[in-house]
Amino acid sequence: MKEPKQLSVSAIENGTVIDHIPASSLFKVIQILGLDKIDNQITFGTNLESGKLGRKAIIKLAGIFFEDDDINRIALVAPEAKLNIIKGYEVVEKSIVEVPDEIIGIAKCVNPKCITNFEAVTTKFTVVSKKEVALKCHYCEKITDQEHMIIL
Amino acid sequence: MKNRSLVSIDDLSTDEMVSMLDLAEEFEKQPSQSLLEGKVIATLFFEPSTRTRLSFESAISRLKGKIVGFTDASSSSVTKGESLYDTIRTVNNYCDLIVMRHPIEGSARLASEIADVPIVNAGDGANQHPTQTMLDLYSIRKTQGTLDNLNIFLVGDLKYGRTVHSLLMAMSRWNTTFNFISPPELKMPVEYKLYLDSLGLKYYEHSDFTEIINEADIIYMTRVQKERFSDPMEYEKVKNVYVLRKHMLEQTKKNMKVLHPLPRVNEIHTDVDTSTKSYYFQQALNGVFTRQAILTRLLDLK
Repeated sequence: MKEPKQLSVSAIENGTVIDHIPASSLFKVIQILGLDKIDNQITFGTNLESGKLGRKAIIKLAGIFFEDDDINRIALVAPEAKLNIIKGYEVVEKSIVEVPDEIIGIAKCVNPKCITNFEAVTTKFTVVSKKEVALKCHYCEKITDQEHMIIL
Repeated sequence: MKNRSLVSIDDLSTDEMVSMLDLAEEFEKQPSQSLLEGKVIATLFFEPSTRTRLSFESAISRLKGKIVGFTDASSSSVTKGESLYDTIRTVNNYCDLIVMRHPIEGSARLASEIADVPIVNAGDGANQHPTQTMLDLYSIRKTQGTLDNLNIFLVGDLKYGRTVHSLLMAMSRWNTTFNFISPPELKMPVEYKLYLDSLGLKYYEHSDFTEIINEADIIYMTRVQKERFSDPMEYEKVKNVYVLRKHMLEQTKKNMKVLHPLPRVNEIHTDVDTSTKSYYFQQALNGVFTRQAILTRLLDLK
């Protein structure tokens, strides 16, 4: 039996809705996109029921539209996230996030002997596999795989 | 050159590699030249490596360059807690090129992004040691007359051995056949085998020396270190399996040479030293010519 559909987070007039974020990744997404540092109106809901993810989160950002490069940075923590671009309360465009070719910051290099774990330096990776995400460290050249990935 | 630093062997195109080897040949003919006169080269050895340091310093001295630096981190301000960033920013002011060895992986890449002067990586932990690879290539080309269609045997610790990994990556640019001889615990990691598969290059794995070594053009020996074994019993079982003796070389090819990055412990018996097929000491000498070529090329002097 399906419950009647109801909006858990109120609608926005213009902006972006990021849906299908795993609930456990919500605050990481906020951090990666720097949403804690902007003045726009943001509403979010978390621990919402989701058939696909179990518990999902959703973020509605009034007056914000992302460039692909910016939004793709959340692919590591929310690979299934879906974007709805809203104009005049209508969804005018839908898109999905895509793992970028290069990851700057965001993830920690798994190699305990890597210089990025010793010096104050931003991590940098080349994405060598997108399906099962694998990152090659620009510095120590070691691979960090999905299983061992730690988000900074 | 696109990149003025040499951090990883992959930084070099095949053409750049070959051109550097050609230049090293010129230095072998005439090692004493004044190309580095008036230049100051910093040799920063955050961890001791006497052999590599002396080879670099010999190369610099033969080119009339001046050397500043330290031979281990205890005689630098690192012991006072200075960051690598600050050390490189500072030393950058004093010299025309920095040769650095550091125990932390990726340190040389970071240094190359901080410094205005070229960085030569003389080893960053278990990661890269490109000048070693260049001198290995030089030694192979010099003894075989080519880098193409060779059968290279890599022996010993193939799991952790930085030099064998870099050599494999470099030689895979040519049509090379590889034979890996190692204890099961220290086999060549799967990613390198997948890489060779992707290039369609042939490789064979063995757990001991057999008469197949008679097919070798190059036998590249490395040390099997006790501390690499989780079970000391395993080490005891294999420690004498990977020792090369002179009599084993009797039926090998005439052109075959035995290489070793040195220092050796017991994996090449001293009786091999008298064989015309031993080449590891000349290989060390080639390191000087190769480093002369690398230094002058990075400084755009030749």
